[in-house]
Amino acid sequence: MGVEIMKDERRVISVIVMNESSVLARITALFAGRGYNIESLTVAPIPNSEMSHITIETKGNAKVMEQITKQLHKLIPVYKVIEHEEMVEKEMVLVKFPIAENLSDIAALCIAYNGGIVNVGKEMIIAQVADEPMRIQHFIEAAQRYNPCEIVRGGVVAIER
Amino acid sequence: MQMSGAQMVCEAIIAEGVKTVFGYPGGAIMHVYDEIYKQNGFEHILNRHEQAAVHAADGYARATGEVGVAMVTSGPGFTNAVTGLATAYMDSIPLVVISGQVPLSLIGTDGFQEIDAVGISRPCTKHNFLVRTLEELPRILKEAFYIARSGRPGPVLVDIPKDITVGIGNFVYPDTVNIPTYKPTYKGNKKQIEKAVEAIKKAKKPLIYVGGGAVLSNASELVRQLAQKTQIPTVETLMARGVMGAKNPLLLGMLGMHGNYASNMAMSETDLIIALGARFDDRVTGKLSEFARYADIIHVDIDPANIAKLVDVDYPIVGDVYDVLENMIPLLENVNTDRYQAWREILKRYDALHPQSYVDSDEVLKPQWVIERVGELVGENAIITSDVGQHQMWAAQHYPFDRPRQWINSGGLGTMGFGFPAAIGAKRAFPEKTVINITGDGSILMNMQELVTAAEYKIPVINLILNNHFLGMVRQWQTFFYEKRYSQTDLTFQPNWKALAEACGGIGYDVETKEEFDAALKDAIRQDKVCFMNIAINRFENVLPMVPAGGALFNMMLPQSEEK
Ligand SMILES: Cc1ncc(C[n+]2csc(CCOP(=O)(O)OP(=O)(O)O)c2C)c(N)n1
Ligand SMILES: [Mg+2]
Repeated sequence: MGVEIMKDERRVISVIVMNESSVLARITALFAGRGYNIESLTVAPIPNSEMSHITIETKGNAKVMEQITKQLHKLIPVYKVIEHEEMVEKEMVLVKFPIAENLSDIAALCIAYNGGIVNVGKEMIIAQVADEPMRIQHFIEAAQRYNPCEIVRGGVVAIER
Repeated sequence: MQMSGAQMVCEAIIAEGVKTVFGYPGGAIMHVYDEIYKQNGFEHILNRHEQAAVHAADGYARATGEVGVAMVTSGPGFTNAVTGLATAYMDSIPLVVISGQVPLSLIGTDGFQEIDAVGISRPCTKHNFLVRTLEELPRILKEAFYIARSGRPGPVLVDIPKDITVGIGNFVYPDTVNIPTYKPTYKGNKKQIEKAVEAIKKAKKPLIYVGGGAVLSNASELVRQLAQKTQIPTVETLMARGVMGAKNPLLLGMLGMHGNYASNMAMSETDLIIALGARFDDRVTGKLSEFARYADIIHVDIDPANIAKLVDVDYPIVGDVYDVLENMIPLLENVNTDRYQAWREILKRYDALHPQSYVDSDEVLKPQWVIERVGELVGENAIITSDVGQHQMWAAQHYPFDRPRQWINSGGLGTMGFGFPAAIGAKRAFPEKTVINITGDGSILMNMQELVTAAEYKIPVINLILNNHFLGMVRQWQTFFYEKRYSQTDLTFQPNWKALAEACGGIGYDVETKEEFDAALKDAIRQDKVCFMNIAINRFENVLPMVPAGGALFNMMLPQSEEK
């Protein structure tokens, strides 16, 4: 039994659960109680079923990941836990910019990241981008130049290839 | 059949074959209590505190292997029950606890005696339910019992809003349960079992490490067979005392923080651990990086999350200990038992070098003597419960446990106040057996109101108070690790134990000598009354051996090192 030093890694897991009250509370309480990380979490019902799909972006070494999966499995309403290996993952972000900023630059930036301007108000415009989490991060960094006043990230959703 | 939700609760309890329910009424659960009044399918014991009611149901469950049932009201009734739930949860004890809740319309309004019971109990139950409609009540009750007893057992809470207990609906108690998300694995993987068998045949110094899971799965007979057939030495955890039987020559003893020398050395030197329903708790392993450094590990456990949680496992087998051993033992038919002969000799020498021992005295009663004497006088006929502290460890070390479910204690949570109500539950389950709670002068006070319960229902539990006028276990740590600063552990101020017991309808004994002890115990066994036996023991006696917390298992403080 060698003592290996294990590195923390970012992982995305999908949890398929029965659609019942307090199931989300069970999951978040499990993470909080056992000291696991939640970087992001999304949840929505699976169409035409009694199940919901929860996507959790987390961090931990291999041992912690194994425990997370097993502990999730132990919860009675949890049907399936998928530790994603080969996945397509996407995230959405909404960003509010002052209308005084250079709108055509912002529009061009959004297009480069598969997005666009979705709302124009009196004082603000709102841009939306949906892309891989890494690229969302890049988009947010690039957007800093235009003085964003609010950024709302949606959290990761993933599907195994 | 048309009936009220309250009636459904009673019908479900009867359908589950439960004979005794422990509980305490209050506003939100009153409709159910009204139905309890009208039925005679089960008896109800009115404990004098909800914590005690849950512990009593727990003791009942541990003694019988069946699901224990407790009932409490909302708010403070429920919060009082939480320690009971947590105690059962940590030791995987099957319970169904039914709590009243404020009516649905009041939930979320900070109503009188409203508390979020499912929220609070989530981390200390195997599962919990807040009933939202009358229609789902029968199914939830059925599932609660099923979840409590199946797989890795545990407590389940069913929180029922008051208006649901009043509503009238159709009652059909389901015959079967279908929870698509919950399918425990009982049978171990055949290939894995075969690999494990090969490892056993190749090992030179194998060691069977039995935990409470072997008790829960009623696998004691098979564990004994495994050891017998292979002649592999065996160690038990605190929760597994009785699985092998004290007289079994293959049993080395208990391992861990207060384990005996041979057991801890065996664990430190073995080359193959065969873990059966044990979970490598920190009180067992000591310092993890020093734990069993030379060993490969076979780990049989019904809970996959227990496997490879703390130590890396070479042969994981997810399954019930009973089912796995049933498949494993026949494969060991022609194992060469001579192979382990040298190993057994080494361990015999270790045991001879530092046997589990103590220095007896003529001046003052030694707690170890008291426990061994109880063993001589009542032995296998008794059920022993305990509280938490030195007395618990002495009992675990020195009592000659002969069979599983004979030893009932709070191992995982370490709940002071557990022993007396648990003894009440065990005695109710086995009225013909002598039931003895080995307790301390600190612990017993934490549920002493149960004197009244035991007196009222004529449940003659014997409480042996090993009285050191200290919170002894904490005092021992202060002696060893805090330079004898006895901060808040001196219990010199004491109640009059005899008078206390008598005031509540029991009897009391004060004991200072061996002769007095013998006489008192014999008398207590003849009585049909609950008793407190105040036994003055050596104040500064320590529990040894001891592995200091965080230390390596092989670095034990031994009785000799203390005297120096
Ligand atoms: C409810 C609870 N509170 C505190 C503790 C911490 N604790 C562990 S052992 C102990 C002392 C117990 O004293 P006593 O019952 O007299 O037993 P002794 O150790 O003296 O035999 C304490 C306070 C605990 N285990 N449970
Ligand atoms: Mg004491």
